[in-house]
Amino acid sequence: MSRPATGAGTVTPLFPREPLPDRDHAVHLLSEMIRIRRFEERCVELYSAAEIRGFVHLYIGEEAAAVGVMQALRPEDAVVATYRDHGHALARGISAASVMAEMFGRMEGCSRGRGGSMHLFDASHRFYGGNAIVGGGLPVAAGLALADRMQGRPQVTACFFGEGAVAEGEFHESLNLAALWQLPVLFCCENNLYAMGTALGRSEAQTDLALKAAAYEVPAWSVDAMDVVAVESAARRAAEEIRGGGGPVFLELRTYRFRAHSMYDPDRYRSKDEIEAWRERDPIPSFTERLRDSGMLDDADLDGLERSAATEIDDAVERARGGTLEPVEELTRFVYSERPR
Amino acid sequence: MKTTYREAMRAAIRDAMDRDDRVFLMGEDVGAYGGCFAVSLGLLEEFGPERIRDTPLSESAFVGAGIGAALGGMRPIVEIMTVNFSLLALDQLVNNAATLLHMSGGQFNVPIVVRMTTGAGRQLAAQHSHSLEGWYAHIPGLRVVAPATIEDARGMLWTALDDPDPVLVFEHSGLYGIEGELTDDAGAVDIDRAAVRSPGDDLTIITYGGMLPVALSAAASLVDDGVDAEVIDLRTLRPLDADTILASVARTHRAIVVDEGWRSGSLSAEVSARITEHCFYELDAPVARICTEEVPMPYPRHLEQAALPQPEEVVAAAREMLGAA
Repeated sequence: MSRPATGAGTVTPLFPREPLPDRDHAVHLLSEMIRIRRFEERCVELYSAAEIRGFVHLYIGEEAAAVGVMQALRPEDAVVATYRDHGHALARGISAASVMAEMFGRMEGCSRGRGGSMHLFDASHRFYGGNAIVGGGLPVAAGLALADRMQGRPQVTACFFGEGAVAEGEFHESLNLAALWQLPVLFCCENNLYAMGTALGRSEAQTDLALKAAAYEVPAWSVDAMDVVAVESAARRAAEEIRGGGGPVFLELRTYRFRAHSMYDPDRYRSKDEIEAWRERDPIPSFTERLRDSGMLDDADLDGLERSAATEIDDAVERARGGTLEPVEELTRFVYSERPR
Repeated sequence: MKTTYREAMRAAIRDAMDRDDRVFLMGEDVGAYGGCFAVSLGLLEEFGPERIRDTPLSESAFVGAGIGAALGGMRPIVEIMTVNFSLLALDQLVNNAATLLHMSGGQFNVPIVVRMTTGAGRQLAAQHSHSLEGWYAHIPGLRVVAPATIEDARGMLWTALDDPDPVLVFEHSGLYGIEGELTDDAGAVDIDRAAVRSPGDDLTIITYGGMLPVALSAAASLVDDGVDAEVIDLRTLRPLDADTILASVARTHRAIVVDEGWRSGSLSAEVSARITEHCFYELDAPVARICTEEVPMPYPRHLEQAALPQPEEVVAAAREMLGAA
């Protein structure tokens, strides 16, 4: 079968500016990014008000990555995400109400309240978490893909992780295994330049991440992940390759988080100027402008998207507040399966 | 028929592969090499490389891949060459296999079986002689079994594969060569209950895995003293079958725990504590423990043997205990 134009062992540079899709789809992309952004802004308020607790890792600034990649997936595909997983869960189609209830630790949450922000799971969307050990999801993704291959299912497992995971052994072991066995994994490395507070250049001798993947004979493409259309285009090409039996593909999604690593992070390790420079490339305003310029969107449309997101999130918060706290008597459930042995 | 522990384990794998297309074996050198301990010898030729899958030396990746494959509907048997190397896969075993069902609110169970050898006794020094099954028995979400007999080597695997949750199987490397009889219709055995391997009324020796022969040898020696020691094989280290232990101790009033693991913070400590918590007023003597000396395992044979529990130590502890009664 044919390799992508780039082939294994080589690296494609940032995808050039791709043409806009049709209006409905373009507006859908914008709408998805807006609902994720507003959802997380509400999370900040709720966290400040102590209504939600634990670790909360915000995806603000990175929305185009998850939204773009999810467009290339089908319902039967699988997703493995990290502790920064709100955006992925929402973009995968898990309802805001279900995710918010999870943030509130309620039984109506997508993980029954047992997981919280970092551990969103949903069997009906083949969403396998929510893994809070950096690199820990990569081997599992390889295994999900192995199961698909051994059972003859033409499915893709999309595995999201940050650039910090590239320093972990599990990254290298998993890329090698996936390439060796030609497993249908779409490795999505969200490079936001900081592993918590450690800049990429302070932790990696080779900072070109696609080169690392290419070293394992995995086709590796770098993508401007502040551009949702570029991400979708790259992900669709990658998924097509994978579904056709071409083995794994690695996408380096170049992005930036505008907020601190977590709610506990004082953000001392990067300059305000750097953050401001990246904010200039915020995927939501820039895409909004592009749609306006092309005549696909006007003020009323945008207002409609904002109101729709606000309504969805208001409803999610209200339902989460009224959600059910699991009875303490159930504490020790789900340690072992309850199905008859 | 006459067989060995190794052959019984191989028969169990073959049986599982024959009975369920979802079962496959994956690990280092399980295929072309035939298994580091020759357990899977010949299976590659029989089942092919898709189902007898040699892996790179990437414990974390192939254990994690086993977890993912289990989530994806397969029934993987993952072989880690030895417990020593399982430390390279701790993240996957402890942070994923043991937690996914709970973190997902009951949505994702992980029906994986992970086999590994354990134990010392072959002069392999400090990095190849661990007995860390007690560590794994600390973890809620895992089931930990230790087949010590040919029947259990033949029968535990199938039961473990039927379990919807992760099961770790610890095979003491010193047991592979033991010989014995196995009936032609030998098959699945329960993995819920401990077993009385030798009945007795005077004291209870509680052990598992590679220490079962040591305990049985001690019990045989004690017969000469006119002492009937009951030997209990735990079989399953998590969850512990406390009922069997406590019923025996309530009858014998004396207990010795024999464990190849180190004493501090160990499985032997857990067994001892359970007895003390639930049987304190039944005891005629303090619970005794015979464990491996707390040193990294030395290479010379005389030092290794001095570090490992020996039947003579068990006998001496029993005599002291009975003398004190």
